[in-house]
Amino acid sequence: MQRKKNKGLTLQFIPYSEISHLSSVERIKKLLKIILENKVVVLQGRLKTDEESRLIEDTMIMIGNIKGFKGVELAVVEDNEEKSFFQKMRYGIANAIAGQQNAITIIGPASIVKEMKKDPKKLEVMMR
Amino acid sequence: MKILKDFTKRMFNLFFRRNREISLGFYGPPNAGKTSLANRICKDWTGEDIGKVSKMAHETRSVQFKEEVEIKYNDKSLKFKLIDTPGIATKIDYEDFMKAKMKKKQAQKRAKEATQGIVEAIRWLDDMDAVIIVLDATENPYSQVNLTIIGNLVARDIPVLVVANKIDLKKSDVKKVEAAFPDYEVVGISAKQGKNMDEFYESVFKLAKKA
Repeated sequence: MQRKKNKGLTLQFIPYSEISHLSSVERIKKLLKIILENKVVVLQGRLKTDEESRLIEDTMIMIGNIKGFKGVELAVVEDNEEKSFFQKMRYGIANAIAGQQNAITIIGPASIVKEMKKDPKKLEVMMR
Repeated sequence: MKILKDFTKRMFNLFFRRNREISLGFYGPPNAGKTSLANRICKDWTGEDIGKVSKMAHETRSVQFKEEVEIKYNDKSLKFKLIDTPGIATKIDYEDFMKAKMKKKQAQKRAKEATQGIVEAIRWLDDMDAVIIVLDATENPYSQVNLTIIGNLVARDIPVLVVANKIDLKKSDVKKVEAAFPDYEVVGISAKQGKNMDEFYESVFKLAKKA
């Protein structure tokens, strides 16, 4: 009798400290390298908005040039609680100094992750 | 600081750029109705279309324009350059096009053009004076693509209007879009049926003032 092979999924956690010293180009390169190994990246914190759009641009350039690569699924879960003016100021200063760490970014290859459905407080990850 | 910056910008626009053409971009995910809305505006004020629409995603695969579009509202008029952009996505699979009965080669070509279109759309962000984010009001508004586009516009200090399109459909939920973007004005419309276009044009004029 032939045994059914179990399909595994690798989640690779990246602490913010691992990317904080890298340039934008190096950050994106590092994340895409992991994604190309068919792993799902769980990043502490989030990329800057221009890095997110750069990630989309680089992903688009890679589709068609790398066999089987169909792009990525991406979601950021962060603290959405309403904050007072002083709390916002405190968070703003903290983000400027240490980077935005009060969030989690999940990026997976579209060949494995079918969809990420985000609601303000939960994230559903549908697999293929 | 921001108040002072906005005031200076407004004064500069008032005195030096009175009759200038405002570059108004249409951004959003694929199939949200960007071209339908741009067509509706062009039809209303020039009698012509800007581009082709289709039920299949990624019909618009390159940036398309319509210059000198003069919109009138409450005895005032403004001149716009409408810039319709390809829908921004993080993945494109040519096999999805094949499910819509497209041949493999044709589907691969469409996918390649769509990826190039997305890169082009992102690079155009810097050239916009104001942007209308067109969302499908029947879909979940919390997609990261929407947040990334808005984040990029905020970082560039480009004013934004959010449009919740397809309100003619039963599943549409404008309140959900409003809840997702509490810091922005949200207008519910149906570009296809021309519903609520008066409120939309009023919001476009408010948006143009900030540009």
